[in-house]
Amino acid sequence: MILLDRVSKTYNKAAGPSLDRISLHVEPKEFVIVVGQSGAGKTTLLRLLTREERPTSGKIIIGGIDYDKLKDKDIPLLRRKIGVVFQDFKLLPNRTVFENVAFALEIVGMGRKEIKHTVPKVLDIVNLKGKENSMPMQLSGGERQRVAIARAIVRQPRILIADEPTGNLDPKHAWDVIKVLEKINRYGTTVLLTTHNQDIVNKLKRRVVTLDHGKVASDRANGSYTVDTKGK
Amino acid sequence: MKRKWITFGRIIHAGIVNFIRNASLAIAAVAVMVITLTIVLFSVITNATLTHTINDIADKIDVSVYLKDTTTEAQGVKLTSQLKQLPNVESVRYLNKEAALRRYIDQNADNETLATAASLSDNPIPATINIKPHELNKIQDIKNFLTQKSIADLQTEGSPSYSGDRQKAIENISHAADILQKIGIAGIVVFAVVSALIIFNTIQMAIFNRRDEIKIMRLLGASNWYIRGPYVVESAIYGLLSAIISILIINSAFVASSSALQASSLGLLDINFASQYFADHFFAFLTFQLVLGIVIGTASSLIATRRYLKFKTK
Repeated sequence: MILLDRVSKTYNKAAGPSLDRISLHVEPKEFVIVVGQSGAGKTTLLRLLTREERPTSGKIIIGGIDYDKLKDKDIPLLRRKIGVVFQDFKLLPNRTVFENVAFALEIVGMGRKEIKHTVPKVLDIVNLKGKENSMPMQLSGGERQRVAIARAIVRQPRILIADEPTGNLDPKHAWDVIKVLEKINRYGTTVLLTTHNQDIVNKLKRRVVTLDHGKVASDRANGSYTVDTKGK
Repeated sequence: MKRKWITFGRIIHAGIVNFIRNASLAIAAVAVMVITLTIVLFSVITNATLTHTINDIADKIDVSVYLKDTTTEAQGVKLTSQLKQLPNVESVRYLNKEAALRRYIDQNADNETLATAASLSDNPIPATINIKPHELNKIQDIKNFLTQKSIADLQTEGSPSYSGDRQKAIENISHAADILQKIGIAGIVVFAVVSALIIFNTIQMAIFNRRDEIKIMRLLGASNWYIRGPYVVESAIYGLLSAIISILIINSAFVASSSALQASSLGLLDINFASQYFADHFFAFLTFQLVLGIVIGTASSLIATRRYLKFKTK
């Protein structure tokens, strides 16, 4: 589903590479957690996957799409196949919950009727039934993040990328969000999650990829955060 | 296909919403565009009116050659055919003494004294050759030909005659028309550039205000046209609105001037003609204004949005 082959990214030659020959293979329907300290390259990795950045070298193939051969005009089409959730939610502040989720469908040209039919279902999955008409400001952090997840999955992407989705949340709300991600993964979506939160990593018992100074320090099934960062 | 139409509809709708939200900024953009379009249209009408005036006067001008009584008819006919060979000559008409007299009497039929005086005496009217030039500004060749010694010898004193002061008037008008045309073109270029720049800024400001939204749209996979479309529509509306306002301004200017100046003529500008010309070509002008306004608007917004839509290439 996701294939990285010796991918490097250097923003600034003097500072050295942010990602240094990373190779990673993620199977369909896998749930992979990427951990690492700030500056380890987590965000760079995700920005490469969404094609906000281009790798300095190396090959990226997602869902059969080779990024080297991707034309600019096809980038939007790629992004429609990948759901992305951000630490800072990136909701549109002057639109309701319903409109925020509907927005993702509007831009791909879905009709009003279909949107009215689809959005409530997705809000149900993220446990936000009844909040359709709330504004983002009226919601808690956890609820906002679940709106963002709803927006990311409403087009049924095969891959969901979550960049520290719990970074701004207290533990209870963080777990709400993680549970939703697990649920989506059970439905068959590949999930790539980056986090700082040791507790979450240890309890999830999923594949953990640890990044350190732009390199893969370890990659273990059923891994844990504490073990992987020991000796730093 | 259906999705494309839905998207198209959404882009138009978003453009109209943008326009309304942006109203305060839009006023400046529309105002300058109105000035631009008004100058353009004014120049076109002025130009047409001056051309009309020139043609009008030019139709009445000709060059008259008066032949001495000693010049034979054969010499007159020969001169006529020589004149016909000159490049700028449209037509040449030879009138012998009798024909010239008859014409003189006809022309002065309402002035009995003159008419009878001419017929009573021993025909004082010389044989005449009338030359109608193609272009009034270029009769120098004809002049040169007529003033060379051998030809001048055939003519009476005071010949050739260039319809007196009409010639001077025509030169003045042509000159004025020329200058006005140049000023018009310069004005059009300057104002077109200024209004394009102002629209450019207006759109950039609108985009800047909503850059977060645009960023989110891009991350969610909105196509470039979905993002850019509303701004293009917004500036097309500027053009549309400006064209209509500009046409209304010119129209009411004509209405006001025709009632104020019943008389119809403002120096060289024949207001009646201009007004009629405007009325006759109203829809052509409206279309022209709409097209020009929309082109200026969309072109500048396309440039304004471009840099926000680039993908990283390195």
